[in-house]
Amino acid sequence: MTPLTAALWSIGALLGVGGLAAALARGGDASRFIYCLCGVLCLILFGAAVVPRTAVALTATLPLGLPWIGAHFRLDVLSAFFLAVVNLGGAIASLYAIGYGAHEKHPSRILPFFPAFLAGMNLVLLADDAFSFLVAWEFMSLSSCALVLAHHHDAENRRAGFIYLIMASFGTLALLMAFGLLAGSVGGYSFSAIREATLGEYWKPGLALALTLLGAGSKAGLVPLHIWLPLAHPAAPSHVSALMSGVMTKVAVYGFVRVAFDLLGPPAFWWSMPLLTIGAITTVLGILSATIQSDLKKLLAYSTIENVGIIFVALGLALAFKANGMALPAALAFTAALLHVFNHSLFKSLLFFGAGAVLNATGERDIERLGGLIHSMPRTAFLFLGACVAISALPPLNGFVSEWLIFQAVLLSPSLPQWSLKLLVPAAGVALALSAALCAGCFVRAFGVAFLGRPRSITAKNARETDLWSLAAMSGLLALCLLAGLLPSYLIDTISPAARAFVGGHVPTQGDIPWMSIVPIAESRSSYNGLLVFIFILFSAFLSAWIVRLLGTHALRRGPAWDCGYPDPSPVTQYTGSSFAEPIRRALGHVAFVARDHLDMPPPGDTRPARFGVEIRDRVWDYVYSPIQMSVEFGADQLNKTHFLTIQGYLTLVFIALVSLLLVVAIWP
Amino acid sequence: MAMIFEFVVQGAQMILVLALAPLLIGFIRKVKAQLLRRRGPSIFQPYRDLLRLMRKEVVLADNASWLFRSAPYIIFGATWVAASLVPTFGTGLMFNWSADLIAVTALLGSARFFLALAGMDVGTSFGGIGSSRETMFASIAEPAMIMIVFVVALIDGSTQLTEIAAHMLAHVELRVSLGLALIGLVIVAIAENGRIPVDNPATHLELTMVHEAMVLEYSGRHLAVIELAAAMKLLLYFSLVACIFVPWGLAPHGADFGAMTFGAAAYVIKLAVGGFLLALFEISTAKMRVFRVPDFLGAALMLGLLGTLLLFVSRSL
Repeated sequence: MTPLTAALWSIGALLGVGGLAAALARGGDASRFIYCLCGVLCLILFGAAVVPRTAVALTATLPLGLPWIGAHFRLDVLSAFFLAVVNLGGAIASLYAIGYGAHEKHPSRILPFFPAFLAGMNLVLLADDAFSFLVAWEFMSLSSCALVLAHHHDAENRRAGFIYLIMASFGTLALLMAFGLLAGSVGGYSFSAIREATLGEYWKPGLALALTLLGAGSKAGLVPLHIWLPLAHPAAPSHVSALMSGVMTKVAVYGFVRVAFDLLGPPAFWWSMPLLTIGAITTVLGILSATIQSDLKKLLAYSTIENVGIIFVALGLALAFKANGMALPAALAFTAALLHVFNHSLFKSLLFFGAGAVLNATGERDIERLGGLIHSMPRTAFLFLGACVAISALPPLNGFVSEWLIFQAVLLSPSLPQWSLKLLVPAAGVALALSAALCAGCFVRAFGVAFLGRPRSITAKNARETDLWSLAAMSGLLALCLLAGLLPSYLIDTISPAARAFVGGHVPTQGDIPWMSIVPIAESRSSYNGLLVFIFILFSAFLSAWIVRLLGTHALRRGPAWDCGYPDPSPVTQYTGSSFAEPIRRALGHVAFVARDHLDMPPPGDTRPARFGVEIRDRVWDYVYSPIQMSVEFGADQLNKTHFLTIQGYLTLVFIALVSLLLVVAIWP
Repeated sequence: MAMIFEFVVQGAQMILVLALAPLLIGFIRKVKAQLLRRRGPSIFQPYRDLLRLMRKEVVLADNASWLFRSAPYIIFGATWVAASLVPTFGTGLMFNWSADLIAVTALLGSARFFLALAGMDVGTSFGGIGSSRETMFASIAEPAMIMIVFVVALIDGSTQLTEIAAHMLAHVELRVSLGLALIGLVIVAIAENGRIPVDNPATHLELTMVHEAMVLEYSGRHLAVIELAAAMKLLLYFSLVACIFVPWGLAPHGADFGAMTFGAAAYVIKLAVGGFLLALFEISTAKMRVFRVPDFLGAALMLGLLGTLLLFVSRSL
């Protein structure tokens, strides 16, 4: 049995588990059993992705779908990499859900869709013709939409589900048209036929790329198509949020890479420009919006948007280098993008798991009502802190490695010949640097307000540590983050065949470099060794602690906080999330949103309390979506009149339609 | 044998930065006092302060967590590693290649991350104000630093400090972008170390304070470790400016003991000149309002970006 057949059987089994869950879920406590099955199947799929095999891609055709065409499946190095990412995330999410799912009040609304969602994502990665790709894509969208609507009693969740549905349909429509263009008038819908066909005219590949960017970008969360993401990802149960944010956005990235680097053929240099521009805007807007959120899961969703932007900037760089025939820099940027895909799937899942644990323990997602959780939930706090360090791109954890590789790729770009790129790449570089710094601030705020300080509510004070299954899942993820940060050379070598296949070059093999450091180009240029840095920090920290013990006293006394002599026992005197973000909002916020402060200060003698409020409006909503919404409503109002015509009026309409269609047919070349 | 020698040299660098950091602080304080016509404390006073703090008992707030107690050592460890990776008396040390300039910047980011968290741990308003403002400054200072790193790396074709210093020595030339990077780096260094005009290291209770507000709840040995880390961070920025912009005297890889001694002497002279200039600058300006600081740092960011753009446009600018 080849890995591909094993994978297809497992996907079929996942669909079967979904059906089984639909039958069992009403009966009683089936959730542990179902999640166990999902976890095992994901592990099998993960195994199918990582077992060593020849560079030749495996293909299979199933007699499903359109008659005489069938459904084509293919497992090559790129789909294997993404398959590993998806199923690692899926397996750990299932492990987490064994504990987390026990708190679910209505398991029958989640259990059937969870395996279906996993199966949908896997099918997208394996699909080898446009038809099965789109069906799998839509299946993934709809099953995740059902999960978003799991708690549909909340009006906000219903709205999130509705907007998600609209944006997902729009994305699929764009992809449908992109594949229509790619297949051409002859209609070879299998990917191998598309690969061989050439899109001769100049505008055709550009249009196909734009449509793919719209389709995959709306699923990945590129600005301005991101608006559904911070609504829908938090609305789902936390283990599904982790899958949607950590994994499903990566499936969207896969879809884009598949089209832009594989199906479209040799790139032109200007293809990279929309990627760099939109990616850079996405990173900065995403992280600025995340910094002002007080809903923990919404904050994480906005941070996902930022990371997707980083990935797209790296992909843009890879396209630019590839178009100019610079194989090594292209491979570096491509490797960095895929490494960031992997890293982000790890720490974002961990962060959502932590948010879910907090939600279970306190019933709160609002960080303004949390605080002091490091005392009541010490293990969750430690694991969440680790993920915060990783996502803030701080050494020695894994987030830093991929950002470092992207910076190295940016530093190679002055040799790009095109002037437009020479100006665009530094701008994208400054956006990346800005977002990295803001990200650290954002997660200082998230962790500091939610976990540190004093509890701001009774529920936060009485929180209890989460269950062992969830802790096991989170610990596993943190261990992977640490490993990926300390020994990135193995990961880079794993990505290397994909880079060779899709950008025609590869970074030097990292596995046999002494001391296990990474040297992307040449040692005289740059090198980084996470393991040594980690050992050095540990050594220095322990040495200093030891010397301090030797020189000084051990004495320690507990007392009330100093606070300049005026400690206030009330927890409301602490800095809140919004007060923490206020300086950043004032210094940088006006690029992303319009914030208005409302201050109601009563005159002297009046005893009513002063009130302060902040109104924040998203510019994207105001300038992009509100006009669209208004024009749709206007159009609907106008068309509504046609509901009340006479029979003569309708006959005239039919006649006009017939004549115009005939005219089109007559004129069409 | 050669490996042991290299190991010893690397260890000497670690001890050198640790030992010189309080002296630099004492020297700057002394010069500032002299320029203000005060006598000022001895330049060894910071060592005595540190020793005194270590011998005092720690008074810990009732609700301080394990993070509060371990943060000083994490901050110290990260800062010490970063400071030992920047060449002081010689380049090409044993572990210099384990992290480049971007990694050094990020290590300082790690230290700041934990310092800001420690400020929020006890849940006082002063800690929060310090962390919040530090975060705002960092969100502009860090990209500015990365842009300056880009300028230097594009000129020298490397992000490794050893290579940068060697290249700067071999190609002494005046460049517009290098000048922009120097100004930007000085601005970032002033802001990152909380010197006037961004923050005042001499005061303890002032409404615009940043660094002192974050460490307000610390006492005893914890405070000593944090103060030492802050001193090392200042030393690190001095070493960085010295290594990139005045690399003369640096002992090359594999140099003998004499060259290294000469390098160390040159390094001390560079520190003295730099410390004097910083003291002179500090007494001749006033502190700025906290919401003016983003403009000040924004200038550094723009200088870095301008330098990078110039180098993208032409290799010779």
